[in-house]
Amino acid sequence: MEFNFSEDQQLLQQAVRDFLEGECTPAAVRELWETETGRSKTFWSQLAEIGVPGLLVPEDDGGLGMDERDMVLVLEEAGRAALAEPVISTAAVGVPLLVELGELGQSGLTKKWLGPVASGEAILAVGHAQSPFVADAHVADLLLLPQDQDLHAVERGDVTLTAQPSNDQSQRLFSVDWSPSEKTCVAQGTEGAALQGAAFDRGVLACAAEQLGVGQQLIDMAALYTSQRQQFGVAIGTFQAVKHRLANAKVQVEYARAVVYRAAHSVATGSPQRSTDVSMAKVMAGEAALFASKEALQVHGAIGYTYEQDLHIWMKRAWSLDLAFGTSAWHRARLADAIIDGQAPASAFGYCAPGS
Amino acid sequence: MDLTYTPEQENFRQEARQWLEANVPSEPLASFDTPEGFEAHRQWEHKLNSGGWAMVPWPVEYGGRGANLLEWLIFEEEYYRVGAPGRVNQNGIFLLGPTIMEYGSPEQKVRFLPKMASSEEVWAQGWSEPNAGSDMANIQATAIADGDAYVINGQKTWASRGAYAHWLFGMFRTDPESSRHHGLTFILVPLDTPGITVRPIEKINGKKAFAEVFFDNARVPLDNRLGEEGQGWSVAMATAGFERGLMLRSPSRFQNTARKLVELYRKTLAAGGFVDPALRDRVTRCWVEAEAYTLNTYQTVSRLMAGDKIGAEASLNKIFWSELDIRMHEAALSLLGARAELRPGAPGADGVDDWLDGFIFALAGPIYAGTNEIQRNIIAERILGMPRK
Ligand SMILES: Cc1cc2nc3c(=O)[nH]c(=O)nc-3n(C[C@H](O)[C@H](O)[C@H](O)COP(=O)(O)OP(=O)(O)OC[C@H]3O[C@@H](n4cnc5c(N)ncnc54)[C@H](O)[C@@H]3O)c2cc1C
Repeated sequence: MEFNFSEDQQLLQQAVRDFLEGECTPAAVRELWETETGRSKTFWSQLAEIGVPGLLVPEDDGGLGMDERDMVLVLEEAGRAALAEPVISTAAVGVPLLVELGELGQSGLTKKWLGPVASGEAILAVGHAQSPFVADAHVADLLLLPQDQDLHAVERGDVTLTAQPSNDQSQRLFSVDWSPSEKTCVAQGTEGAALQGAAFDRGVLACAAEQLGVGQQLIDMAALYTSQRQQFGVAIGTFQAVKHRLANAKVQVEYARAVVYRAAHSVATGSPQRSTDVSMAKVMAGEAALFASKEALQVHGAIGYTYEQDLHIWMKRAWSLDLAFGTSAWHRARLADAIIDGQAPASAFGYCAPGS
Repeated sequence: MDLTYTPEQENFRQEARQWLEANVPSEPLASFDTPEGFEAHRQWEHKLNSGGWAMVPWPVEYGGRGANLLEWLIFEEEYYRVGAPGRVNQNGIFLLGPTIMEYGSPEQKVRFLPKMASSEEVWAQGWSEPNAGSDMANIQATAIADGDAYVINGQKTWASRGAYAHWLFGMFRTDPESSRHHGLTFILVPLDTPGITVRPIEKINGKKAFAEVFFDNARVPLDNRLGEEGQGWSVAMATAGFERGLMLRSPSRFQNTARKLVELYRKTLAAGGFVDPALRDRVTRCWVEAEAYTLNTYQTVSRLMAGDKIGAEASLNKIFWSELDIRMHEAALSLLGARAELRPGAPGADGVDDWLDGFIFALAGPIYAGTNEIQRNIIAERILGMPRK
């Protein structure tokens, strides 16, 4: 039993943090908001140099062969920096889905795409049943799309996209018009449904990890601002009404943290509790981020309500991530089904109920 | 990161489970805030200690089994799983014990720890005073060195289980010229010392849960000092770290409550009648939060086993468990509906369990061990770096 991350994992996290602190500044995020794609090829190839898109790609296919326990720390940093690149769709969800497809006989597809994805040349987008939209479809070379239980792989040339401008300018959502055919179908029936379920849960985990970073960043910004802003001749951060809001937000973020890390462990090890664990992670981290966004805004006062101040970059991330890969209401309902009705495995960590 | 138990850990669990299942009293004991309940709980502790299970992380020579903190968590899980009695000496074993381990002399360890483990000596915590609650640095009770003894004068209050305890660990001002957290000393006081008067205080359910303690020239040997003279504040902060941050409320306590809550929900629903639809979500949330608390504790334990120390994050912990405990009991009372008001023993109280008493106890959580407002101040200033003044 070991909850600590290894030194290598911490080094990876630090490397990503250092890179993003230097490159993914609020000014850079805003600049991308103004571009048509909202995505940066330079950024993506720099991320590929540190290994981010290929983190979960097997070493034989040119990746780092790591698992979700490594990825979770990278995504936390992506959230902290409000990175807009398609890390979730490509690295966290698309890659493992391709790997699993390979294991189920689609090795041609897997071999074709994993290498280019790891090197940063190809991008993936993944659709799922909880959203009518597909994120990052406009920059994707390959789209993995559900059709009932089946799963299809479609190249971008074969789909028509309609942009759905989103409040969070970092998020790029699209309606995808496409025609499923025997040729595009890569997994069917229960096999397809299982793949969809696993991919969805990976997306849920990825959002939760980003939400952790977003929540922490909002608190840090607010703590810094309130330590500097003076009213009544003192820093407003000396007022308890201000302190306690941020302390409450910190409690929420910190009590989401271990839940998110455990969910990463469950996904990486293929735990039967995977779906329950990722839902817990998203509910806890998502609500923490939303709460932090409200409290951070309140203690900033009017300046935090302006477009010029950077706070809304993260507030908007908190809102959009809460709706991505299942809303928190949806996940709470899934948790109730598991915990109260026993529809999915959910057993208390460590503690085992009598008779179980 | 590997969240699976080793075979040794699984064996440890089995060993604890077998012993507990064979030895835990079949009927619940009376409340330890009553004279007969206090004695019954001491007998249970004595038995627990004879089996070597009173305080598993302590070294064998002090009555423990030299287990690590992770094994302690496993033991706690098994302890709550079988519904074993509450720990009457919790202030001793969970707060003072670890502090003695860190600050005590070899003689003090031998003198105090084994009798603490067996509950031959039950401890009360004597920090609060009428004018030193949240503002603990305002302690006024004095302990003035005179020959081989401290002469103690003044008053302590709210000492949990003080009505029945044998010893008290207190903070006293040894330098009468000092102020705030300077000049305070941590002293171990036998409550049968001449000059000490213990007056029980009833809590809102009428039980003698705590006590005020009056000192009138009570002489206590100088050797009963824990840590250096004048360093009491630092010693006490170590105690507070254990209290808020890890040992006082181990996660399985809340997982156990959450499990009972889920069962109550299912039973209430099955019985028909009105159930507030919001309760499905509230109950689920309690269960999830008990998990969050558990996972956080496992993470803390991993960190401590890697050599880290408990710091200000203990304050995050204290807020989380105390507020969760209230939410869980509130949800249970909502499920019980009109019957939530019934005292145990009322003819219609079948199945109401001890939710009401649990609720009343939970309400004190945000007050004792440093109020949650004080914890929020600590989080803001020491974790978030916000300005004090
Ligand atoms: C069940 C129970 C058991 C206890 N057991 C023990 C024990 O065994 N030993 C022991 O020594 N003590 C014990 N206590 C006492 C406990 O530690 C104190 O009650 C606590 O520290 C608060 O002190 P107070 O009651 O004097 O409240 P006060 O300090 O008067 O506080 C009253 C209210 O004002 C708020 N407040 C005070 N100062 C501030 C501030 N700076 N910022 C914001 N808000 C503030 C508090 O948060 C609280 O809400 C126990 C208390 C209870 C309820």
